[in-house]
Amino acid sequence: MKTIKSFIATFIVALALTSCTSDGDDNPKMEENPMAEFNLLANIAANGHTLELYSEGKNGFTTGYNEIFVRIKDNADESYFIDPEIAWMPVMHMMSMNHSCPKSELAITEEHNTVAKGYVIFQMPGNADEFWDITFTYTVEGQEYTLTETIDVTAPSDGKQKVTSFMGSDDVRYVLAMVEPTDPQVAINDIQAMLFKMENMMSFPRVENYTVALDPRMPGMGNHSSPNNLDLTYDNNAKSYNGKLSLTMTGYWKLNLKLLNATGEVLKGEDITDENEASTLYFELEF
Amino acid sequence: MYGIFLSPIYIGAQELVLQKDSIITINLDEVILISARKALDYHRQPKPLSTLDEYLESSKKVDMVKRGAYAWEPTLNNMFSERLSVTIDGMRIFGACTDKMDPVTSYVDVSNLSKAHIASGQQGAEHGTTIGGAIDLELDRGNFKETGLYGGLETGFESNNQMSVVGAELNYSDSKFYVDTDIIYRKAENYVAGGDEEVQFSQFEKYNVSANGGYKIAEDRALTSSLIFDEARDVGYPALTMDVSLARAIIASIGFEQDNLWGSLRDWKSKIYFNKVTHVMDDTKRPDVPIHMDMPGWSDTYGFYSQALLKLKKHQFLFKADGYYNKSLAEMTMYPNDPNELPMFMLTWPDVRTANGGVYVEDELDLNGSFLKIATRMAVQNQNVADEFGLNSLRIFYPEMEKSKTRFLKSISGQWHKMWMPWHLNAGLSYGDRAPSVTEGYGFYLFNSFDNHDYIGDPGLANEKSMEANTKISWEKSKFKLTAEANFFHIKDYIIGEVDPSLSVMTIGADGVKIYKNLEYANLFNTSLDMEYAILPELKWSGLISYHLGKDNNQENIPFISPFAYRSSLQFNSRSFSAGLRITGAAKQVNYNPDFGEDQTQAYTVCSLTFGKTLNFNNDSMYAKFGVENIFDENYSTYTDWKNIPRMGRNFFLTLSYSIN
Repeated sequence: MKTIKSFIATFIVALALTSCTSDGDDNPKMEENPMAEFNLLANIAANGHTLELYSEGKNGFTTGYNEIFVRIKDNADESYFIDPEIAWMPVMHMMSMNHSCPKSELAITEEHNTVAKGYVIFQMPGNADEFWDITFTYTVEGQEYTLTETIDVTAPSDGKQKVTSFMGSDDVRYVLAMVEPTDPQVAINDIQAMLFKMENMMSFPRVENYTVALDPRMPGMGNHSSPNNLDLTYDNNAKSYNGKLSLTMTGYWKLNLKLLNATGEVLKGEDITDENEASTLYFELEF
Repeated sequence: MYGIFLSPIYIGAQELVLQKDSIITINLDEVILISARKALDYHRQPKPLSTLDEYLESSKKVDMVKRGAYAWEPTLNNMFSERLSVTIDGMRIFGACTDKMDPVTSYVDVSNLSKAHIASGQQGAEHGTTIGGAIDLELDRGNFKETGLYGGLETGFESNNQMSVVGAELNYSDSKFYVDTDIIYRKAENYVAGGDEEVQFSQFEKYNVSANGGYKIAEDRALTSSLIFDEARDVGYPALTMDVSLARAIIASIGFEQDNLWGSLRDWKSKIYFNKVTHVMDDTKRPDVPIHMDMPGWSDTYGFYSQALLKLKKHQFLFKADGYYNKSLAEMTMYPNDPNELPMFMLTWPDVRTANGGVYVEDELDLNGSFLKIATRMAVQNQNVADEFGLNSLRIFYPEMEKSKTRFLKSISGQWHKMWMPWHLNAGLSYGDRAPSVTEGYGFYLFNSFDNHDYIGDPGLANEKSMEANTKISWEKSKFKLTAEANFFHIKDYIIGEVDPSLSVMTIGADGVKIYKNLEYANLFNTSLDMEYAILPELKWSGLISYHLGKDNNQENIPFISPFAYRSSLQFNSRSFSAGLRITGAAKQVNYNPDFGEDQTQAYTVCSLTFGKTLNFNNDSMYAKFGVENIFDENYSTYTDWKNIPRMGRNFFLTLSYSIN
């Protein structure tokens, strides 16, 4: 319903704008609602603006990798600000402390100059006593504004582990999150993951040039494995770890992992053998 | 006049005699009589209502692989289904089970058939590409003979597995029109091996209905059609980990026959056909399965053929064009023991579409005192993986694999026959190749319980090529006949599974994963000595001994090669009474291969005894046959018994056939 409403709203705005005569690149590219196919996760009204958060596939914030699209509406004329500068800071308010999580910058997309895109990786869900919020600091029309919104982060509906936070043998705390596959197939899938280290409670820089060794297994099938998997290595362009994941059938798969640093030392995870059926570092998939 | 006389429609008997003269002498074809149209023929059937499998097993070249009491898989020259062409009246049909639980021969019953033609090696190329040979099952039909209305009722019982059989047929035939209908039903409980050992999960139940008819639309033209519906339920496979809840086939055809085509071309026969096979495996009745699974499979085939004869002075040509299109799809769904987990699904046959078109030409040449038969088949075959899911699955193993692959298949053979009475000499040389089967090319984690390995196909396999030499010498006098024969196959790029230690098993409890590979070559050798002696006009003795050998390029044994085997029988036939004593056996297996799950099969000898009696009531006749098989209740298994399941122990049978003329 919300999407329909916002679609109608933007449609009216679009009509109004196309009937104007001002030309030039500064115009919002509003021929169609760029967010029409996306799910609206939050609508935050403050400072006479409305901040809209969207996801491409998800209906809410979940633990693990969340790709998020943000745009800011000027409530005065229902238009969207062009090229807004937006920064964000997610914070988990725990009983004893606060901490943040790995995230990217929010950058304006190439396709639409009113929409900014970024990702945030929640390590844990909220609960009755502990919650996440995100503070947005944005500059439009030369003026900086701030707003903070509490959000509801839940575990994925299938309950499968897509992110893990752990202490490496080098006494560094890491966060490893699976980005792809979101729609696994019985095939050789591209697998993509991101690795961060916890520098302090509020800073999680990206870790480069490590290796994530991959050994997918089906615990329900006698720990059956698949051929032609490729360990995840760092791709400098994508700023992520990419590899190949073979899945020979549908069902529940445990992706056993091992994290190796640039010199090949194992920081976390174990080999799978007859005696050791699973690694302590893993992702899960079920399809 | 000549044409009419030869027409198969005009009169059947002369035609048959002529064919015998011209074909049997050159071909090394073996014909097994299945239907008894005339009361006299009953004597020739050792056990009238036995399964088709038992009929085929009586062939000298055929051995049956047993996974239970039902749906045995025929092998010819120690070669399995994928190296054979098995057809029903020339129609191609393919089983729908990835585990070979439904050979083509399981979808017809003896009530449908008149004969089984068994051709060795490339001599079987008439109906399709083959390496080991061909089995063509000829449907029983009235064929415009002036026999009028007649029918029959048959019933049989076997003591060992309490099998009861009931069958009925009603037929009409005149010179313009014929229709044959029959129905048969079989139900068997578990059988008992020698020494009172009950073989669990060896029960089965099946029924089969068929109708075929012909109508003459003109003096020299006829339309024919046939329909078979065959369904088996609750079939146990004691040698396997799964049973079958449903195996069903619908086999249909429409044909057109015309005495003369153009010029001297005659006996023009054409047929279009389709068949649809559904096969559903079931493990819900088995205790202690590690994981429950559903494994249905489907195989649909559409095809045609058209053939004509040309008789010139010294030549007799057969021209044939044929084609078929097959869809093979099989899937597996496994249900995890943890009910919260989603089912596991894979395509084990990825909807492979096989299109095959070929031409076959043979010529029988009369070379003044000897005959030469030259035959060739040229075919083009395309295989296409139609299902994206299946294609992506296979691309896990073969990332560069193409969706579609085309192969050219060739066969050429020459068979020479010379007579110096009482000596006959047959000698032949041939070359033929075959494409990998759907399982060999595209199978995905197919479990073979015999060697306890999962098998994965390879779509890039080379064609398997066979060079074959055969010879047969016989000495025939009125009372005594002695035949010695041998064949040798040198098979290049022999397709067989090889262990890939890098792969992880899928089936819980399996020992490893094998990938189909081309061996450099394999050699197979079969030889036999066959004797017949008519002690009295009514009393005939026959004996057969055979020896087989199969080795690969490393001199390792090929699996499923028969040990030294023998059989001997004494048959008494008078006008209304018959009796037979039969002994079959094999020596201890010497050449076997543990890598393929084989162990040494022990020697055995079994005896059976049968009695038959014909009774006449006015026009009708009744035939009773009684017998006992495995008289001494020997507990034995043969080299073809899957996982050494023992064969049936002592068994008494009684069949009654009542025919109404």
